Amino acid sequence: MMRDVTSILPLSLESISFRGEGRKLVDAVSLVVPAGGVTVLLGPNGAGKSLMLRLCHGLLTPSEGRVRWAASATGRAKRHAMVFQKPIMLRRSVEANIDHALAAAGVARMERRERAQAALGRFGLSERATQPARLLSGGEQQRLAIARAWSLRPELLFLDEPTSQLDPAATRQIEELLTGLVAEGITVLMSTHDLGQAKRLADRVLFLHRGRLIEDSLAEYFFAEPQTMEASAFLAGDLIW
Amino acid sequence: MPRQRRPLDHPSRRDSFGSAPEDEGCASKLTQSGVGQVDFAAIFKAAFALVVGLDPGFLAIVGLSLRVTLSAVLIAGLIGLPLGAALALARFPGRSVVIVCLNALMGLPPVVAGLFVFLLLSRSGPLGPLGLLFTPTAMIAAQVILVLPIVIALTRQTVEDLWSEYRDHLRSVGLEGMRAIPTLLFDGRFALATALLAGFGRASAEVGAVLIVGGNIAGYTRTMTTTITLETSKGDLPLALGLGLVLIALTLAINAVAFGASRIGARYAG
Repeated sequence: MMRDVTSILPLSLESISFRGEGRKLVDAVSLVVPAGGVTVLLGPNGAGKSLMLRLCHGLLTPSEGRVRWAASATGRAKRHAMVFQKPIMLRRSVEANIDHALAAAGVARMERRERAQAALGRFGLSERATQPARLLSGGEQQRLAIARAWSLRPELLFLDEPTSQLDPAATRQIEELLTGLVAEGITVLMSTHDLGQAKRLADRVLFLHRGRLIEDSLAEYFFAEPQTMEASAFLAGDLIW
Repeated sequence: MPRQRRPLDHPSRRDSFGSAPEDEGCASKLTQSGVGQVDFAAIFKAAFALVVGLDPGFLAIVGLSLRVTLSAVLIAGLIGLPLGAALALARFPGRSVVIVCLNALMGLPPVVAGLFVFLLLSRSGPLGPLGLLFTPTAMIAAQVILVLPIVIALTRQTVEDLWSEYRDHLRSVGLEGMRAIPTLLFDGRFALATALLAGFGRASAEVGAVLIVGGNIAGYTRTMTTTITLETSKGDLPLALGLGLVLIALTLAINAVAFGASRIGARYAG
């Protein structure tokens, strides 16, 4: 994608913590996400994967530390978007779902239509344009959620376990889409608890355990030789707490 | 004849129980000499004749009722929808108290609402100089007070449920706080239509409020419900029954529309 503005990447987390339920759910995490590739947040349930994505995206404010972007976005568009575990579909048509997100980002009406059409075409949803979004199948809903996020032209896309509610075929399809987005130059930061998916997609793995980032390495190294006992146990399929 | 407030300057107010037909604009009437000799078949026939024959006096009463109630629902909607949505999203101390009060106000007795507006608009009341007492405007105001709590309370519930579902996405695309209201109202449109219909049902069926602030003046502030009250006590049963039939038909229509709205909504919501 062409951009005539400076990139918001790299994204830096400066020792961020998040408190809830009387304890630290995210504990002093520091990391840098440069442009390009797929970074996967891996870890057992309750490790803080979802919270991390929400903190990065700005849905939550860290109790301590700072989320810093290389350049702050101008205007209403954030240039980073998020797709949730359970697709949130507005009670409107497929196309209107995309149009709404673009309108919220301050895109003018004529351009909205163009970009919505482009997104529908890009993700194979053109024939569904006028159908109520909530009547799509689970896989199609998640595809629409990604199309909607893509239409906002994000540099960085957050995905929170995007395939955990889908069957293997739909999961495969979403993974192919994500690979396509990365090829387009979009940076992906996603969480998953599906080891196979992490192996298929990840360039870099962040392993979280009890809110702490205990491993941060290239995917090939992580899966070949995990550095911590917790990661080894997780990879071996043992429960860790 | 029930006790009621009436403007003193109106000549046709001298009617009493079982009186002879009078110049009230409602032409075709059966003269009933007493309740003991009621001929139900004849009453029904006359009532149907009124409904089917589109009697002008009869239509005027139905028209005024609809005008007052629809205006009240429209105004209550314009105020109540955004206010209910704002209440759903806002967090402030005492919010629960406000919600409980609004829920309680849904059951406000119409006569009390009427009394309240009457006190406001009566000659010595704070809004007395406007001279609105015993006008359709006063009736609309009283019905707005009846409908508004229903609209606000049901809107708050609908929007709050929707917000808990949409929150992450709306905040993600930058619609925080009150900026989310238009989206939430639009996406709750089917449930909110039902809320407005519930308000319409309450307003069209009530008699206490419009009777007190309207005064039941023939040809001016006489609605279906106040006419039924008056004509029944006078013994003019065909007119009362004819209007009763229209009210029942209206109630059926409201419920049919509400049912349709929820069906369409279910189809759209999946």
